[in-house]
Amino acid sequence: MNEKMSMFWSGVREEVPLLVGVFPFGMIYGALALNAGLSLAASQMMSSIVFAGSAQFITAQLVHDAAPGLVIVLTIAVVNLRHMLYSASLAPYLEKLPVRWKILLAYLLTDEAYAPTALKFEREGASPLGHWFLFGAGLALWSTWQISTGLGIFLGAAIPQNWPLDFALPLTFIALVMPVLRNRPAVMAALSAGLVALLAYNLPFKLGLILAALTGILVGTMLEGRRSSRRTL
Amino acid sequence: MNIWLVMFLGGLITFGMRFSFIYLFGRFHIPETLRRALHYVPPAVLSAIIFPEILIHDGKLALTLGNDRLLAGLVAVLVAQWTKNTLLTILAGMAALLVLQFVVR
Repeated sequence: MNEKMSMFWSGVREEVPLLVGVFPFGMIYGALALNAGLSLAASQMMSSIVFAGSAQFITAQLVHDAAPGLVIVLTIAVVNLRHMLYSASLAPYLEKLPVRWKILLAYLLTDEAYAPTALKFEREGASPLGHWFLFGAGLALWSTWQISTGLGIFLGAAIPQNWPLDFALPLTFIALVMPVLRNRPAVMAALSAGLVALLAYNLPFKLGLILAALTGILVGTMLEGRRSSRRTL
Repeated sequence: MNIWLVMFLGGLITFGMRFSFIYLFGRFHIPETLRRALHYVPPAVLSAIIFPEILIHDGKLALTLGNDRLLAGLVAVLVAQWTKNTLLTILAGMAALLVLQFVVR
């Protein structure tokens, strides 16, 4: 086995523990997207076109709520902003690669592929074959996500229509939000966003969602700013 | 807007953000304020979706014990807090809703 392949497989291996959590998540997405009213083909293809877990769940929810397309696109953009951080964090290690590699690796750069790769790069520094590690981790995640989506769609189609399965979407969001409420700014961001979402619920085009999200982000950022400036005083 | 167009644009923007710094390395930096703001995207966006989903019923605020989704949502909050497990949270919330809808009422 040459060095490229051994780097590739070490990326795959370090991705495996994460895949245990990703697989059921992909299945839940598949089942819920179908139930939210997306076609079979759209539910499956979103996993390769958008390829970002939480943005896909949110898109399914917004399609279910009949939100306008522009609001859905804007929401996807806000939710996926964090990927710019990952991009910035890995950029120095991928600097010398040809553009076709950069395109491929950028497409595969999800939360779950970023995590083991960033650890590896920080631990071992830049290496001429390091990108094969990210490729292995990213491809392992990508394949798992496509297969688990398909399986979820298959099983989701068997769930009786009168079951309130649409409620599983907000439940998924509750499961995702609770662990991030670690400090006061985060809690206040969540509460202020929730409050504005209720007050602005009747705004047209689901604009209340965007307004609420921006309010929460602003409140959290300002509270953290105040806290850290107090600390330096 | 057609769902395929929405997915295509959403995918293009997502790819663009993942590609941005890998492609433009060294030419500009993320401002510190934006970096800080990104921490609050998940709690803000998720709560902006959760609150109306469980608190608004038939277009009106429903802060009552008769609101099944509110009660089931609170069960999910507790389970999420205790177990930190996505699957268990969804199962507990769904079970609570089904019991409330088909057994209690």
